[in-house]
Amino acid sequence: MIGTEMTQRLLDRNGLVFVGLLLAAAILVPLLALVAPAGSLLHMPPYVVALIGKYLCFALLALSLDLVWGYCGILSLGHGAFFALGGYAMGMYLMRQIGSRGVYANPDLPDFMVFLNWKSLPLTWWGFSSFPYAAVMALLAPGLLAFAFGWFAFRSRVTGVYLSIITQAMTYALQLAFFRNDMGFGGNNGLTDFKDILGFNVQAESTRLALFSLSALALIAGYLIARGIVTSKFGKVVIAIRDAESRTRFLGYRVETYKIVVFTVSAMMAGVAGALYVPQVGIINPGEFAPINSIEAVIWVSVGGRGTLAGAALGALLVNFAKTWFTDALPELWLFALGLLFIVVTVFMPKGILGLLDSMKPLRSPPVIASPTEAKQ
Amino acid sequence: MKKITHWRRHWSRALTIMLTLCCAGPAFADALDDAVAHFSADKFPQTQQAIDEIVASGAPTAPAILEALANNRLLFDPDEQKVYFSDENDNLYDLRTGEKATVESPDDLKKVRLNNAVRGTLQAAQGAMTLMAPDPAKRMASAREIFKSHEPLALPQIEAVLAAEKSPDVKAALSDARAAIIATTPDAPDASRLEAIDRLKARGDQDSQGMLAGIAASAQGQVKAAASAAAASVQARLALWSNVQNIFYGLSLGSVLLLAAIGLAITFGVMGVINMAHGEMVMLGAYTTFVTQQAIAAWRPGMADYSLLIAVPLAFIVTGAVGIAIERSIIRFLYGRPLETLLATFGLSLILQQAVRTLFGANNRQVSAPAFMAGSFDFGGLAITSGRLWIIVFALVVFILLQLVLRATSFGLRVRAVTQNRRMASSMGIDTNRIDALAFGLGSGIAGMAGVALSQIDNVSPNLGQSYIIDSFLVVVFGGVGNLWGTLVAALTLGIANKLLEPLIGAVLGKIAMLVFIILFIQKRPRGLFALKGRAVEA
Repeated sequence: MIGTEMTQRLLDRNGLVFVGLLLAAAILVPLLALVAPAGSLLHMPPYVVALIGKYLCFALLALSLDLVWGYCGILSLGHGAFFALGGYAMGMYLMRQIGSRGVYANPDLPDFMVFLNWKSLPLTWWGFSSFPYAAVMALLAPGLLAFAFGWFAFRSRVTGVYLSIITQAMTYALQLAFFRNDMGFGGNNGLTDFKDILGFNVQAESTRLALFSLSALALIAGYLIARGIVTSKFGKVVIAIRDAESRTRFLGYRVETYKIVVFTVSAMMAGVAGALYVPQVGIINPGEFAPINSIEAVIWVSVGGRGTLAGAALGALLVNFAKTWFTDALPELWLFALGLLFIVVTVFMPKGILGLLDSMKPLRSPPVIASPTEAKQ
Repeated sequence: MKKITHWRRHWSRALTIMLTLCCAGPAFADALDDAVAHFSADKFPQTQQAIDEIVASGAPTAPAILEALANNRLLFDPDEQKVYFSDENDNLYDLRTGEKATVESPDDLKKVRLNNAVRGTLQAAQGAMTLMAPDPAKRMASAREIFKSHEPLALPQIEAVLAAEKSPDVKAALSDARAAIIATTPDAPDASRLEAIDRLKARGDQDSQGMLAGIAASAQGQVKAAASAAAASVQARLALWSNVQNIFYGLSLGSVLLLAAIGLAITFGVMGVINMAHGEMVMLGAYTTFVTQQAIAAWRPGMADYSLLIAVPLAFIVTGAVGIAIERSIIRFLYGRPLETLLATFGLSLILQQAVRTLFGANNRQVSAPAFMAGSFDFGGLAITSGRLWIIVFALVVFILLQLVLRATSFGLRVRAVTQNRRMASSMGIDTNRIDALAFGLGSGIAGMAGVALSQIDNVSPNLGQSYIIDSFLVVVFGGVGNLWGTLVAALTLGIANKLLEPLIGAVLGKIAMLVFIILFIQKRPRGLFALKGRAVEA
């Protein structure tokens, strides 16, 4: 019964609910949209599908951040950079799919390159006409950056706030770099005006539904991978690093190796989230690198519950729903509400919403994984 | 040969002008008689002569006459040998008497024609007229103008007025102009050209460099060698000055960074609170300045020049009080959880931004500069803006005061004690809660004072603080957390390095280079330039 053991390891009670709900959404939403007539309650309007699809990508980003922050104690304030890099990889593929349908009708070059008077496709763009290549790049680009960054930072034992600040500097530097037209990624305007993905119209409802389901499935996959990591022996060491880094090192574990692996895997997950995000919102620009985006992702995680994985995803969904509702209904009050939310959550609910729910029923669900202890003084 | 005669003619013309200048006076009517005759001749050489005669006459109408000639409003009657000039409103004046004149048939009058040679003479003559203006500032401006154009035709006039000039500044400017003309005239004697080149080299600005380079390209022999040597030397000096200028800009940027970061060096560096609302404290300080100025403008308009001086302590009090309130209500629950203070204070920064936006609107607010901070002055080859200079001074004063507070007062002693070992300090009878609150208030108050200074160089808007928060953190981290000297060195280093990089690779790439540098630097020295040693490190 290895299968059941595996399932039990990967799915605790929260996880079962989480994965179950996502699976249901991934299957039912497109199905009902096909079956139920437009306008009925069961038929989700296309803009809602796009909206929730977007949130699911954010949830995956939050999940990836929770993996490094909640389980390894690395507070990355630059995870938005990995998200954006994945997004750019997908955006470049979508740009190449436009072909000669651009404003300048140039079959070889995207519009902005024609506009900048470039004669040939830069090396960085080679291969992006192929979807598999772009998909691999969406994983590799953030992964390599995270690996290189972690290689330097973790081996030099940069920790705590110093690490947070330099991850922020990293995403800020990337934002400035991508703003430059010379970089060849569309500069200030970024990449937009997409037409097709794998031959399907990105605007079409069916494509949107497919992307929605894919996002939900990607989130499930991300959750299972993250659970697989944190419940393994490897994960136990990672959690040990979070709780007592020096002690773990003295016990003979190579702390930096564990950190680099977790950080890289997490960055790749963020990259996938970005790659799924871009076709659903139809644009990617350097604003995605803005440090504030990465901080917001940290907020999602802490609202939902740091070190709970499902909680991080839940936090992303809830905060973004609240954001959408507030900015529509009470635009002036949104920042007040968001700000207050951060303060209340951090001061009164240090374990987030999921932590609060779990602490209400302590007897029925002994936590498999200890939630993060209070940070070392 | 033709050129040489041309050259000689100017010298002789200069001589006449010099002579007439010395004995100019009531006898100008005769000179004007000649001018009338020459203008009426309707020949270019005679017209040139007439222009010289007009200048030499010293007549009060001379500028108006030349102005009229330049604008094709100098008219003559070929039959009666009379010349008239009109003003912009077509009023006709007799050239000889300068009185208003009426002509029966204005259509019979002919215009005095111009060609390029005449125009050159005319321009030089007009320049010479201003060279003789009673106002030294005008003479100075004219001399500079001639220096820039180094028009050979102006030489005689320069020579003429140089001898009579009393003001040493104007005299120097005239000599420079003379040197510029002689050095760039190919047929001047080599000896005078070499002398002139020396003078240009001594002047050593961008214009001289251009002229010297031009001479080096066109001249031969000794002059060429001297000019290229001089051009190279001026070039080197200019490059040096431009570096010095960039260093000044860097100091200015560094002092802004220092101001923005120094409050954070207390709250983050000393107390370990990652205060994301720090930028908003700066912003509140800037808005305090705005409100102070409005209040003064409304009730005590006479004190407008002192508004900044009043705003500095006010901003300290306002933001210090806000800081203490924040510490008491939020941050004290989060000590020892640095990453969570980050989130809470980030939430706080959103609230403060939105509060200011609701109160004052989202638009930029106008904060005016007092008189003593406006304008700029030259220092050697530097252009120094007073406002920037004052900000450098202000940043250093704030830094020194803060050091004094921390090093020389009992409060500072307590702050340091609590920072180093909270429990031990508490055992020794220090009220750590009170010290925490006051230290946070101090850091916030300093951020507010920074806001007063930054209101002078940045837009006062709800987003003001956001643009400084990342830079501030980088400065503190680069300098080494918990070390004010580190903050000072880091701010100035980053500022100067940034401004020295900018001309080489552009502003954005320069900024990226700095960020990458800091990221790499932190790898090498994970605890900044000046790391704390001992047990505090692991705290």
